[in-house]
Amino acid sequence: MARVVLEGIRKTYPNGFKAIHGVDVEIEEGEFLVLVGPSGCGKSTLLRMIAGLESITEGRLSIGGRDVNNLEPSERDIAMVFQNYALYPHMSVYKNMAYGLKIMGLPKAEIEERVKKAAAILELTDEQLTRKPRQLSGGQRQRVAMGRAIVREPSVFLFDEPLSNLDAKLRVQMRLEIKTLQANLGITSVYVTHDQVEAMTLGHRLMVLNAGNVEQLGTPIELYQRPASLFVAGFIGSPAMNFADAKIDAEGKNITISGQEALPLGDGGMPEHGGKDVILGIRPEHLELVVEAPDAVPMTVTMVEQLGADTLVHGHFGESRSDLTVRLDGIRHIKGGEVLPIRVAPDHLHVFDPKTERRLS
Amino acid sequence: MIENRPLLTIFSHIMLILGVAVIALPIWIMFVAASHPEIRMTQVPLPMLPGGHFFENLDIALSRGMSGMDGNGVGYMMLNSLAMAMMIAVGKIAISLLSAFAIVYFRFPFRMFFFWMIFITLMLPVEVRILPTYEVVANLGMLDTYWGLSIPLIASATATFMFRQVFLTIPDELLEAARIDGAGPMRFFWDILIPMSRTNIAALFVILFIYGWNQYLWPLLITSETSMYTIVMGIKQMLEAAEQVPQWNIIMMTALLAMLPPVCVVIFMQSLFVKGLTETEK
Repeated sequence: MARVVLEGIRKTYPNGFKAIHGVDVEIEEGEFLVLVGPSGCGKSTLLRMIAGLESITEGRLSIGGRDVNNLEPSERDIAMVFQNYALYPHMSVYKNMAYGLKIMGLPKAEIEERVKKAAAILELTDEQLTRKPRQLSGGQRQRVAMGRAIVREPSVFLFDEPLSNLDAKLRVQMRLEIKTLQANLGITSVYVTHDQVEAMTLGHRLMVLNAGNVEQLGTPIELYQRPASLFVAGFIGSPAMNFADAKIDAEGKNITISGQEALPLGDGGMPEHGGKDVILGIRPEHLELVVEAPDAVPMTVTMVEQLGADTLVHGHFGESRSDLTVRLDGIRHIKGGEVLPIRVAPDHLHVFDPKTERRLS
Repeated sequence: MIENRPLLTIFSHIMLILGVAVIALPIWIMFVAASHPEIRMTQVPLPMLPGGHFFENLDIALSRGMSGMDGNGVGYMMLNSLAMAMMIAVGKIAISLLSAFAIVYFRFPFRMFFFWMIFITLMLPVEVRILPTYEVVANLGMLDTYWGLSIPLIASATATFMFRQVFLTIPDELLEAARIDGAGPMRFFWDILIPMSRTNIAALFVILFIYGWNQYLWPLLITSETSMYTIVMGIKQMLEAAEQVPQWNIIMMTALLAMLPPVCVVIFMQSLFVKGLTETEK
C-alpha cells in the first residue's frame, strides 16, 4: 500500500508526438483511480509510464514516497494486469504465478504458500493450477493474470483494460470481483478503461483524459453531476447527454433553444452571462413527459427504443434540428411522428461556453 | 474435398504408387546389393532379390572397410560426419537464436544495417566463397579439424531470418510481463523465448542436421587425412580409390549406413518438425 504521486508528468515521443501534456495527481493509499477516455487519449501511455514500461519525458513520479522515474518496472513495487493477459503460454498456471517470485529469489516453501493463498482468493482449484493457460477459459485466464499480480504483494496494482477481451456477461461479473478484491486487499490501484460504465462502477475517483490532457478529475458522482467540460459531459453517462445551441436572455434568468419556449435557469439564473450564446446540455434521464404544463416544450418523436426497464425516445424540439434523447421509465407506447410535451428539470441544466467548451455555471 | 469418383481414386493411387517406386527403387537396389557377396555383384544380370550376406557385409564395412582402406572400418567416418552435422546444426541454431534476439529486442545503432548484412549472406553460400573461406580456415590452422569442417558453415541467414519471424509473432506484452516479473534480457531469452520457439528449433535442427550430414564439397576440400574423412565423401573416395573392381556390396552397405542417421532424425523428430513449420498459435 502506497501513495502514488504524479507531478507534471509529460511524455513526448522521439518523433515529436506529445502523448501526455502534464498530469498532476495524488493517488491516496488504497484508492482506486480509473483513467478513462476514448482510444488514443493517452490513458494507456500514462499507465505504462507508471509501470515503467514507457520512459517519463518530464515530471516526477513517486510511489510510496520513493522517486521511481529511473527505476526498472520490477523495482517499482507494482504489478500489472494486461488486456490480453500476457500469460506465459508454455508454463503451467502455477509456474506463471510463481515466475516473478522465483526471480525475486524467494524460498520454494514461501512461493508455494503465496501462490496457494492467491489461488484461494481467486477460487482457482489445484487442478487448474497444473493446467496450461490455453486450456483455460477467458475468465479463468483473467483470474490467473490477477493471481500473478497478487502473489507479488505489490504496493500498487495497474490494470490495462483487463476486461475488454471478455464477453459482456463475464465482464460484469469480473468487474464486481475486481471491485471486491481491491476493497478487501486495500491495495492502491490504477485502472485504465474506455468503458464509462466500468469507470463509474469501479473507481473511487475518475480521471477523464482527452488527447493527452486531463479534462476532469473527481468522484464518479461529481463527474456525472457537474461535468467540467463538453467532453466529459458527453463521455460520462449512457445514453449520452443531449446538446443544443441556446441563448441566455439579457437578464440571465431564462435560456432559449433556437426559437423555442424559454426555459428558466434555476438557482437565480446566470446574470454574469446574460445575452450569451451557449451550448445547453441535458441528460436524457432529466427530461420528463408531462400532461400539459405551462413550461412544457413540444418534442417531435422520430424513433423509439424499448429496453424493457426504460424506453428511449429520440426526436427533436419543435422545428429545431438538434437531436434529443429522452429516457422514460418502464414500457411506453409511443410512436414516431407524435408530438410530446416534455419538461426539463431546471436544476439539471448544464451550460457550456461554445468556444472554450468549459462549463459556465 | 470429399468426392466419390472411382476413376479419380484409381488414377491418384497409380500416381502415388509410381512416385513411391521412383523414390524407393534405388534404395531397394542399394539394400539388395548390400546383401550379396562381392562376386555376385560383378555378374549380369544384377540381382533384384536380397541375398543372405547382409550381416556379413555389415561386419566387413564396419570393421575392415574396403580393401585398400588400411583395414579401418567406415565407423570413424560416420563419427566424423555425426560430429560435423551436430556442430553445424547446434552452432547454427545457437548463433541464429542470439542474433535474431539482438535484432528483434534490442535497439542499437545500425540495427537494420546488420540485419541486411546477415540477410545478404543468403546470396553467398559456401560454394561461392569457397576460395577465400579456404584461405581463412587454412591461415587459422583449422585444416583437418572439426572446427574447420563446421565453423564456415555455421553462419546462417535463413535460420536468423526464421527466428526473427518467430520472435516478431510473440506479443510485446509477454516481454513487458517478464520485465515486471524482474526478468533480465538473458533470463527472458532463456525462460520464455527459447521454450516458446521449441518446435521451431526442432524443425530447424532436422533441416540443418541433414544439411550438415550431406555436405560434400567442403569436407572434400578441407580434409587431407583419411582420419578426418566424412562418410558422404568417403563413398565417393571408395569408388575412385579402388584400383581394382569396385566392391559394390561394401559401397552400398556404406551408403545404407550413411542414410541411417538422417532417416532416424526425421523419424524421431517428425511430429515436432511438422508442428514447428505449421503451428501458429502462440
